[in-house]
Amino acid sequence: MAKITYIEHGGQKHEIDVANGLTVMEGAVQNDIPGIDADCGGSMACATCHVYVKEDWFPKLPNKENGEDDMLDQAYEPKANSRLSCQITVSDELNGLVVHLPEKQV
Amino acid sequence: MIKTDALIIGAGPTGLFCAHQLGIIGLKCEIVDNLDKIGGQCIELYPDKPIYDIPAIPQCTGEELTNNLIEQIKPFNINFHLSDRVQEIKKEKENWRVKTLKGKEFLTPNIVIAGGVGSFEPRKFPTKSTDKFDGKTVLYSIKDKTIFKDKSVVIFGGGDSALDWAIELSKSSKVTLIHRRDEFRGAQSSVDKVKELQKNNKLEIFTKYSMKDVKGNGKLESVEIKDDDGNSKLISADYVLGFFGLIMQLGPILDWGLNIDKKTIPVNTETFETNKQGIFAIGDICTYPGKLKLILSGFHEGALAARGCFKYARPDEKLRFEFTTTSKAVQNRLGLKND
Repeated sequence: MAKITYIEHGGQKHEIDVANGLTVMEGAVQNDIPGIDADCGGSMACATCHVYVKEDWFPKLPNKENGEDDMLDQAYEPKANSRLSCQITVSDELNGLVVHLPEKQV
Repeated sequence: MIKTDALIIGAGPTGLFCAHQLGIIGLKCEIVDNLDKIGGQCIELYPDKPIYDIPAIPQCTGEELTNNLIEQIKPFNINFHLSDRVQEIKKEKENWRVKTLKGKEFLTPNIVIAGGVGSFEPRKFPTKSTDKFDGKTVLYSIKDKTIFKDKSVVIFGGGDSALDWAIELSKSSKVTLIHRRDEFRGAQSSVDKVKELQKNNKLEIFTKYSMKDVKGNGKLESVEIKDDDGNSKLISADYVLGFFGLIMQLGPILDWGLNIDKKTIPVNTETFETNKQGIFAIGDICTYPGKLKLILSGFHEGALAARGCFKYARPDEKLRFEFTTTSKAVQNRLGLKND
């Protein structure tokens, strides 16, 4: 279990307890947090679960898999701290993770 | 105007198999899809990726699955209307009158929405200032490459479309290629070619830059690009091309008075009909308790929706349940010769 803070583009904060094994994307979708579309359902085939990971957290996350950066090229306004939230699996180590949501996904 | 028993929106696996099921029970259908090819997400997003959960097919790619489905519906001679999108629907007595973007009209008692997550559209620049040049000098696809001759063209993107057009247009235009990171995801041979062209001063490349703004009064004059540290650069441009892949949008479907729940359409699980009589939704676009976004679920949903269409297409007939293994009528529809 990890407490994850999702911050909407407008500043609205959502602190959610997400079970281990789920992805950061699933944590958002299952709790109706606006701003994560996840059109492809987590198969890394779209770029609509794009998040900006808070700078101090970014290097602590498991590395991107092959293909994630290719999809991020197609995201809305990707930055150096961009990730696809469907590719971040939740574990106890992620307790306290903060992600910012982009202005929009498409 | 085309009269048909059912109009299917979406030529992905779910729409294709629904067409098969309609054919099996003796109904005609037409299929409209926004893409220029058959196959939907399977062909657009993952043609080469293996799929492992199609029943009785241990492994196949998106392209193989599509080709097999096309083969399977061959006996029914189904018409496809590709690169077109259903725009407007209107109830006319027992029928729906359907109009497409290209001006085609259909009259049908049944509409089956098998639209996946929506129609594919090119992803555009996030900047507002590009809007006023959209379709004129800011483009997301190329129809006529001769317009770029002797012009300055700034291309954004790191995939095959961006690389291929950079290579092609560098022959007769001043090309600048801009990508947000150092690595390109296009084919290695194209990446090598682009770097060689750069070495020979045939084109310029700026990596770790993205679009900041476009400038020009009435006519496009330049593009401002920025890096992650906020440094910006101005590049003169007659044309700007963006190749950021495709996004999926529900589009006009939102205007048809259907119940929508988080970009999906609630249906009953008996016939997959929506809240509108004669409009069905199957595949990724439909939702119901327990819904799984799997291709195999789409097949099941299509089979039931086809039966749901029957009562509106043949109100005076009763649908008899038949097996393809034994029914002469079904085998005739499949074009098989019976002795």
